[in-house]
Order: sequence, then structure tokens, then C-alpha cells
Amino acid sequence: METPSLHYINSLAEGDEDFKKQLINILKEEFPKEKIIFLNNFNAKKYVLASENVHKLKHKISMLGLEEAFTMASKFEENLKQNNTDLHKKFINCLTKITDFLNHI
Amino acid sequence: MDCIIVDDDNAARLIIKQLCKTTSKLVVADEFSSAIDAIKYLNEKTVDVVFLDIHMPSFSGFDFLRTIKSSAKIILTTSDKNFALEAFEYTNVVDYLVKPVSKQRFETSLKKLDAFSEKDTVTEIVADAKVPSSDFIYVNVDRRLVKINIPDILYIEAKGDYIAIKTAGKSFIVHSTLKKVQDKLPEEFFMKIHRSFIINFSKIIDIEDNSVLIEKSVIPISRANKSELIKRLNLL
Repeated sequence: METPSLHYINSLAEGDEDFKKQLINILKEEFPKEKIIFLNNFNAKKYVLASENVHKLKHKISMLGLEEAFTMASKFEENLKQNNTDLHKKFINCLTKITDFLNHI
Repeated sequence: MDCIIVDDDNAARLIIKQLCKTTSKLVVADEFSSAIDAIKYLNEKTVDVVFLDIHMPSFSGFDFLRTIKSSAKIILTTSDKNFALEAFEYTNVVDYLVKPVSKQRFETSLKKLDAFSEKDTVTEIVADAKVPSSDFIYVNVDRRLVKINIPDILYIEAKGDYIAIKTAGKSFIVHSTLKKVQDKLPEEFFMKIHRSFIINFSKIIDIEDNSVLIEKSVIPISRANKSELIKRLNLL
């Protein structure tokens, strides 16, 4: 099972600790907020808005090297536009995994 | 080259800024989380390159492309691969970067940018710039509108994503297609005689077998177009 990593961020930073710190701070600050907005919209059955939220979260998923989760999130984003919530559980698992990861770096 | 970054995502803008630091060719002049703010900026200032996110709330990257009057080169950034075809319908789009953007892929983009910039006379047909009954078309050369007299055009040759408009002593390399330029030229004087050539009838010196001579250029005639060409000539 794939796990979040900082490989991509490290490859961009190439030792630039300021950049790395800034990017991680953005992730730590924005990810929980975006997650809450998604959950609120999803729970209110506002699926089109929720799909927009998934789109925004997708980039953060990809930055953490979660390629399979990114593919799943892309499908979930499209599904939500059709009111299809099948991948919700998998997406929540992915968000939880990222939350844990961000809490420990 | 001065560039701006337009993306509603803070992390995405930071990443592009970091990638720009890896080259001396690009200087980030400013960054915008809103496409509308970027348009206001471009109405006042000039930049060479715009890194543009497609998927932005309320005013998308495509809305931006349809609105701007700037001749800046555009590098699109997106999390979706699905928009690539639509993206390249815009002639100033140089590249399409899928997030997360790697350093290697960014370098490829810079090479594409160089290829675009090296063409000093790269021109772009200005949409609707030709008055239907006029004798000229305008092309955009390094942000100047240059007039080309239609009767002076000898022929037009397709060259990949570009066309070369040949006049006596000059050649304008244009990022366009034969179809687009043909629509702007009077049918009575211009004809497509080959998939890569449109010619000006009045400039033909002679026709031999499957080619025409215009100035010193021998231009092929495709089999499918030959009978139509012969029909349209003022034969004795």
C-alpha cells in the first residue's frame, strides 16, 4: 500500500530548506481546512461543490507522491459530478492517511 | 523573460516559483490567485510568459485565454490531462504541464519556450484583422501590427505548426494553419494546390507537369488539385 512521502518536495527543494518549510507549512495549514470544506459539502449532498474540493485536494495528494490515490481522487471528482459517491470511503481513507502524515512531520 | 504565475492554489504558485529559480531565463514579476487580477495587471504591464492554471473558480484559465489581449506566451498548468486538446487551440499556448510538475518536465517546457522565442519573426495572424474588402492583412510581429499587402503574397507554405507567408524578399513565419489563412484571402486569387501550399495565381511564371514556378520557387501541385487549377487558369 502506498504511503505519503516528501520525495517530490525534496526533489524540488534540492536542499533549499526555506522552500521546503514554506511548502510543508502551506500543506499543514490548508489541507485540514480544505478537508473540512469537502466534508461539509459532501455531507450536505452538495456533490458538485464537493467535486471542486476534491480537485483542489488532488494536487496536495499528488505532491505527497500518492499516485494511486490521485487516480482514485480523479475518478471520485468525476463521479461526484454525476452524484455518484461510490469512492467516498476510499477517499476518506486517503485523507486520513495524509492527516496522520502531516501531523508527524 | 518576465513571467507571472496565475493559480488559485498557494502551493502550486510556490512550486512554479521554485522551478523558475532553477533558470536564469525567467524572472517572476508577480503572482496572482485570481485570473481577473492577472488580466488587470496585463492591461497595465507587459510580460513574456504566463504560467496559467486552467481550473480556477469563477474565472477559468480558458476564460483568461479568451480575454487577454497580451501576446505573452502561455504555459498551462493543470491537474487534468483532459484539456490538452482544447489548450492547443490557443496559438499562444506553448506547453501544458500536468501537476505535480517535475523539474525535468519543467526543463522541457523551457526548451519549448526557447523554440518559440528564437523565431524573431514569429508572427501571429490577428483574428478578424482583415477587413473583408481590403487588400491587406495584419500580422502581429513582436507586439507590433505589421501590414502585409495581399497582392504582394507569392505563396504560403505550411511548416508544422507554422505557416510561412512569402512575399518578394520577405518571409513571415506565422503560428497558424493554411486553413485559417486561406479563409482570410480572396478566393479569386489564391488557391490551395497542395496540402502544404497556397499560391497566388497572379504570381505564377509557368506550370510544368506537377509543379508551378513562382519567382524562383518550384511548388508541387497535388494530383487532386491539378484539374481545378487548370480550370481556373486563363487558358487560350
